[in-house]
Amino acid sequence: MNPFSSGTRLRDMIRAIRACKTAAEERAVVRKECAAIRAAISENDQDYRHRNLAKLMFIHMLGYPTHFGQMECLKLIASPGFPEKRIGYLGLMLLLDERQEVLMLVTNSIKQDLSHTNQYIVGLALCALGNICSAEMARDLAPEVERLLQFRDPNIRKKAALCSIRIVKKVPDLAENFINPAASLLKEKHHGVLLTGIQLCTDLCNISAEALEYFRKKCTDGLVKVLKDVANSPYAPEYDVSGIADPFLHIKLLKLLRVLGQGDADASDSMNDILAQVATKTESNKNAGNAILYECVSTIMTIEENGGLRVLAVNILGRFLSSRDNNIRYVALNMLMKAIALDSQAVQRHRATILECVKDSDASIRKRALELVYLLVNESNVKSLTKELIDYLEISDPEFKGDLTAKICSIVEKFSPEKIWYIDQMLKVLPKAGNYVKDEVWHALIVVITNASDLHGYIVRSLYRELQTAGEQETLVRVAVWCIGEYGEMLVGNAGMLNQEDPITVTESDAVDVIETAIKCHSLDLATRAMCLMALLKLSSRFPSCSQRINDTIIHYKESLVLELQQRAIEFNYIIEKHQNIRSALVERMPVLDEATYSGRRAGSVPAAVSTSQGAPLNLPNGVAKPTAAPLVDLLDLSSDEVSAPSSSGGDFLHDLFGVDLPPASSQPGGNHAQKSGTDVLLDLLSIGTPLAQSTSMADMLSSGDENKSPADILDKLGSPSGPPSQASPPVGSSSMMDLLDGFGPVSSVPENNGPTYPSLVAFESSSLRVTFNFSKQPGNPQTTYVEAQFVNKSPNAYSNFVFQAAVPKFLQLHLDPASSNTLPASGNGSITQKLRLKNSQHGKKSLVMRIRIGYKINDKDVLEEGQVNNFPRDL
Amino acid sequence: MGIRFILMVNKQGQTRLAQYYEYLTLEERRALEGEIVRKCLARNEQQCSFVEHRNYKIVYRRYASLFFLVGVDNEENELAILEFIHLLVETMDRHFGNVCELDIMFHLEKAHFMLEEMVMNGCIVETSKANILSPIQLMDKAS
Repeated sequence: MNPFSSGTRLRDMIRAIRACKTAAEERAVVRKECAAIRAAISENDQDYRHRNLAKLMFIHMLGYPTHFGQMECLKLIASPGFPEKRIGYLGLMLLLDERQEVLMLVTNSIKQDLSHTNQYIVGLALCALGNICSAEMARDLAPEVERLLQFRDPNIRKKAALCSIRIVKKVPDLAENFINPAASLLKEKHHGVLLTGIQLCTDLCNISAEALEYFRKKCTDGLVKVLKDVANSPYAPEYDVSGIADPFLHIKLLKLLRVLGQGDADASDSMNDILAQVATKTESNKNAGNAILYECVSTIMTIEENGGLRVLAVNILGRFLSSRDNNIRYVALNMLMKAIALDSQAVQRHRATILECVKDSDASIRKRALELVYLLVNESNVKSLTKELIDYLEISDPEFKGDLTAKICSIVEKFSPEKIWYIDQMLKVLPKAGNYVKDEVWHALIVVITNASDLHGYIVRSLYRELQTAGEQETLVRVAVWCIGEYGEMLVGNAGMLNQEDPITVTESDAVDVIETAIKCHSLDLATRAMCLMALLKLSSRFPSCSQRINDTIIHYKESLVLELQQRAIEFNYIIEKHQNIRSALVERMPVLDEATYSGRRAGSVPAAVSTSQGAPLNLPNGVAKPTAAPLVDLLDLSSDEVSAPSSSGGDFLHDLFGVDLPPASSQPGGNHAQKSGTDVLLDLLSIGTPLAQSTSMADMLSSGDENKSPADILDKLGSPSGPPSQASPPVGSSSMMDLLDGFGPVSSVPENNGPTYPSLVAFESSSLRVTFNFSKQPGNPQTTYVEAQFVNKSPNAYSNFVFQAAVPKFLQLHLDPASSNTLPASGNGSITQKLRLKNSQHGKKSLVMRIRIGYKINDKDVLEEGQVNNFPRDL
Repeated sequence: MGIRFILMVNKQGQTRLAQYYEYLTLEERRALEGEIVRKCLARNEQQCSFVEHRNYKIVYRRYASLFFLVGVDNEENELAILEFIHLLVETMDRHFGNVCELDIMFHLEKAHFMLEEMVMNGCIVETSKANILSPIQLMDKAS
């Protein structure tokens, strides 16, 4: 015998492991033992197999892998002695599971053991089979097990019954074979067999409908009688638990009766008496008694209607609820959830107790109680319940707060009787638990706010107050900032005061203060700060006195390292400084958001691309979700009269600019519009440094708000020396851009010249310059005029840096293509051409009119010429 | 069905007995045991004996230095399981005589045998202490 074989006894090994002070020591000991065991196995050591397997089991329990011991189990099972078999089967059940293929090898051993003379061995085999057999094994061995269901020894019968359960679960087809034997088991006297027999019947009913029918018809009465016997039986020491005879049997019987009675009136009738007896006679001062009562109530709730019994059941539950034992209360709450479906009146009576349970110190009880309260809410009690819950929200644990907030919000949303109450409750929840409020909830709140137009003043003032005290709650800040931005003037002017409000004086700079504090607060995330910027823009329009200060703040963010804030700051600054005239139109009040579409969309959970939902991200190719870009575009859509939807995403624009597939001539004017507007904008950015900012039409500016984002990235991508879009972009960069854009010149849509022709027009003439316009129109599109402007130099000096600008009134839309060059040779030796497109929304009613401005450099001297073109043909 | 697993864990979190009635890998078992034990150990005497964890309920009770945890389905009667735990403890007490944690540790197989007699495939088989202990006593006498 190997001297290093596992001579240690199990107990010594355990002692050794216990003596280890560190995990590493323990691992070392275990490794040594495993090595010894493996050596013993490979040597086929007979003597200590038993011990080795016991050690393996211990090691397995500690969590170490022990698969090398599996074959040992098989060998042990195959050996004739009882102790070896015993430990082999135990090892089998612990170390293996039904997925291992090794299990197949055991099938034969088990089969032999099932027919063994020694009934204990038969019991062992049944046990093992019952715990881990797989489907194939079940099929093979089912007939054996069936036979054993009628064995003389009750222990075997009971084990066979449980084994059958597993077989039937694994192979439902075999269920029919077991129905009859199972029914006969129900007539047993031995409690163990009865218990397992009932279990088998319950599972058979769950698996097969015909079994259910069979049992219902034949066995219900028998079962009722059994239950009666058990309930009335005298003291039996064997099965007695604290004065009640075999509560487990009681409970299992009640369970089976539940399954049989569910949905069937006759069966339910026959059970009524015994259920009433059990419900009333069982003592409830012991846990066993309560367990039986619990099961009884559960059964009463499930079977067919019987008024008297139901009342009894609810009373029992009420008693449970007021018990001091937490277990009982927990169980009662659980049951009440089911009871609500049947008889909500009765449960409402216990509402106060349930509310108390929500505040209990025990986490499990709190959870159950909260769910129950949620089910209890209806229109009449919603106000008081919500008040209680919100009061509790303040003091609840953080883990619980999330659940509680979610429930409060959904209760409020579903049952609020009037808007002002809804808003009030949300205003209370947000400061306390704003961080737990989900996005859909505050979006819905905003939708409601926009719809409650008479409450705007009240809302914005309340939010202002809350913001002073609870400035770290993310959601509160978002909602407050949005409202202050929208309804700022109501805040300052105390408009729309409601009766119960106290007057509050807020100056414009206070309001701006609040937003600036929010934007500087670093614990708030990006989306919130972006919203603050947006709100500042709105306020700069509504509070003209603070406009400069707001502008300074925004300028500060132009250097922000966060791309989102930087972009916004730049755009907004540009709007404030250069586009005063459109700013107010841009930041007009949001329209009333339509609740129906919003909730419909929310139900479909589709992030809306544009309009309504404020939180929906706009899907732009540079991958940055810009939540509040949506309102910007929305406003643009609304305030511009002629909506040539600039929703050609920046992706197309990128595509176009890099000249991959230049749009064919047949492309829509709209597409080209976008393209041109993009290039115009690009030009715009680059020529910011030059004193003569090129003005494009207002519509261009509006629509380019969307595409402004992409040019910034394009500039980055091109790595132009101008770096981040700063104000002064060097001319070098601009000329390279110009070249690229010039490349586009000829590509811009060539209008087919088969429309009505118009005479060319000398738009402007001075001593040094002549401007000629040539017109054309596309046949189907009378509103749009394509103009080709030609500039001729009348002086003997060449002009450089030639820039042509034009401005048109509101009802016209103007587009300028890049000029063919910016140097005008002298004395008409060459000319510059530039294409324009004019769209007249008042075509037929008003004719075109244009102011032009031409700037150029002559001999290093800047010259500016201006004029107005009034002589457009009338029918243009 | 019914019972998913039975664990006996001491106050330091070491598992003394583990019987699973459904298949879980070793890592899953250790993770599960760690989580549940932490939850139960953190609770005090006044709190109720039921803990909800993922999709099952854990019914537990502390006897001296050992926690008995039983994981069950959501439909199971929790109070009955509490009774079952008590029955298990009483059975072991009768066999070992004033059972303590060390008894279970050093006679792990016997503890397993007893448990096997009582629960099979997640269902309670036998609730009479005499019936449970008779095969085990026979085996002891024979060896």
